[in-house]
Amino acid sequence: MSDNSNYWKANLRLVLFCLAIWFTVSYLFGIILVEPLNAIRLGGYKLGFWFAQQGSIYTFVILIFFYAWRMNVLDRKFGVHEK
Amino acid sequence: MDLQTITYIIVGLTFALYVAIAIWARAASTGEFYVAGKGVHPVLNGMATAADWMSAASFISMAGLIAFNGYGASVFLMGWTGGYVLLAMLLAPYLRKYGKFTVPEFIGDRFYSRTARIVAVVCLILASLTYVIGQMKGIGVAFSRFLEMDFDHGLYVGMGIVFFYAVLGGMKGITYTQIAQYCVLIFAYTVPAIFISLSLTGNPVPQLGLGGKMADGSYLLDKLDLIVTDLGFKEYTTAVMGSQLNMFVYTLSLMIGTAGLPHVIARFFTVPSVKGARSSAGWALVFIAILYTAAPAVGAMARLNLTTTIQPEPGLHLAYDERPQWFRNWEKTGLLEFEDKNGDGRIQYVADEQKNEMVKVDRDIMVLANPEIAKLPDWVIALVAAGGLAAALSTAAGLLLAIASSISHDLLKGVFTPTISEKNELLASRITMGGAVIVAGYLGLHPPDFAAGTVAIAFGLAASSLFPALMMGIFSRRMNKAGAISGMLAGLGITLLYVFQHKGVMFIPGTAFLGGMEENWFFGISPNAFGAVGAVVNFTVATLVARVTAAPPAHVQDLVDYIRIPGINKQVRLETSG
Repeated sequence: MSDNSNYWKANLRLVLFCLAIWFTVSYLFGIILVEPLNAIRLGGYKLGFWFAQQGSIYTFVILIFFYAWRMNVLDRKFGVHEK
Repeated sequence: MDLQTITYIIVGLTFALYVAIAIWARAASTGEFYVAGKGVHPVLNGMATAADWMSAASFISMAGLIAFNGYGASVFLMGWTGGYVLLAMLLAPYLRKYGKFTVPEFIGDRFYSRTARIVAVVCLILASLTYVIGQMKGIGVAFSRFLEMDFDHGLYVGMGIVFFYAVLGGMKGITYTQIAQYCVLIFAYTVPAIFISLSLTGNPVPQLGLGGKMADGSYLLDKLDLIVTDLGFKEYTTAVMGSQLNMFVYTLSLMIGTAGLPHVIARFFTVPSVKGARSSAGWALVFIAILYTAAPAVGAMARLNLTTTIQPEPGLHLAYDERPQWFRNWEKTGLLEFEDKNGDGRIQYVADEQKNEMVKVDRDIMVLANPEIAKLPDWVIALVAAGGLAAALSTAAGLLLAIASSISHDLLKGVFTPTISEKNELLASRITMGGAVIVAGYLGLHPPDFAAGTVAIAFGLAASSLFPALMMGIFSRRMNKAGAISGMLAGLGITLLYVFQHKGVMFIPGTAFLGGMEENWFFGISPNAFGAVGAVVNFTVATLVARVTAAPPAHVQDLVDYIRIPGINKQVRLETSG
């Protein structure tokens, strides 16, 4: 059981890490800090605007695949993968 | 060949394809009917989820919303995609591990309560039914505009197609048709976007074209900002929707609501494994992101094209008699209206209400008119019609399945007639599916007055009731029956109260006791954005109530372990009691 609870704790840490990034790119960069970030340019995009309409979405995609990959590693490490 | 013939051919071909798939993918068991036999490949499920998720609103309305709200419309872009992060990490893998058929079934088992299951069924049906009305309307509109068939008959044809493949194939039939529908809709969305991006910026990738330079060497977005502010509108790239706080809460509500919508969650019951559920959520978002990252380009370029057509140079206004053909076409539908206020025969399109002569520019026409504005060939226009229909049909089918399975599986099998045989349950689910199609069609033909406000309700319900209950059921071992039920009711209650007090009880005009005025909004939060507050209330009430009531029984705590740990295979004894 203790192995299972360590697995669960590792999962929670991973989820919190991913959600911190999720929050940063959308709420922080896309909404709260949008004005200062707009002073920086990414080609024709203002950076804050880019995060709100493009960057956050790309990050979300990468984040889910990262989570899936790390979880598969954790599953094997703790020996709880599906047989 | 004229446009209408081409449209008939393309739409007819796609419909024939859906019917053929339905015949090939008939469901033979309840497992196939509810969850496609749990055998759908994660990438294919991702594609089906994308079609399930992207409705007529995503396909037709979103780019228009972006075009006219600029930066403010980012709430929809982030809200409707960020929800998949929550889904992938907080719900989908665990619900797949749980491994049964419906969302209320999980809530009933986890909270060992038939009452909780029934509350969940009610939330699910309310949320899904309000959502499906919009799809039905979308189907009718697409038919009436492109095939010049009247609205009612268009709706009958659409209902007939959905009826055929959903009743016959259940989740299995719906899954494979949704995959085909995804291909149709994404092709239909990106082809015009590529052409338009190419013509404006020389870059075929719309996502890059939006940040690119135009032929005159200026950046497209800078030029757009300049043009719209000249006319007195808010600057495109910085226009805030309401306030920053409203945007924050709005985005959060849409994200939580997205993750809590039962027809989307149900798609993750169909993959073969927990591992598959995790990656499938990623694939779903890849397929969704293709459209969602192109939409800002479509919106901005449409706004630019529209504005520069009407006002080619600052101070130079298009003469009404020289207006282009697409302008004339859309005037006929009443969605575009011109009124020559100063009588000079020219079109003034400005922010000032007194001087503005474009008295009506319906934002929904942006995607549909775009190919015409950009002078693309007829087959592209026909393709857009087929794409809009694919988007509406696929979402309607997913919603109807969620409704039908919660009635036949949760109410009939789970509560009223637990001894029903599998064969009879399959028959019952087909009959309820048929019934659901007819009810949805009826509501599409006679949309209740509140149809416009229903998006608020659907997302509000999912965010304030279903998502918190599911999440706490997985992440809190201590959460019990009393906590979950009181949390769901409290979240639901406060969300409905807020929406009704601003938009009218059941949206009946005149019963809005606080009025729809912005000054009465709680911290300036719009009613559509209130689901997140409802979710916070749900979490708080549930946690407090659970703390002072008895812990869940041992077999339920075993169930929590079972869904958390992928490798536990032993079947947990599940009991449901009153």
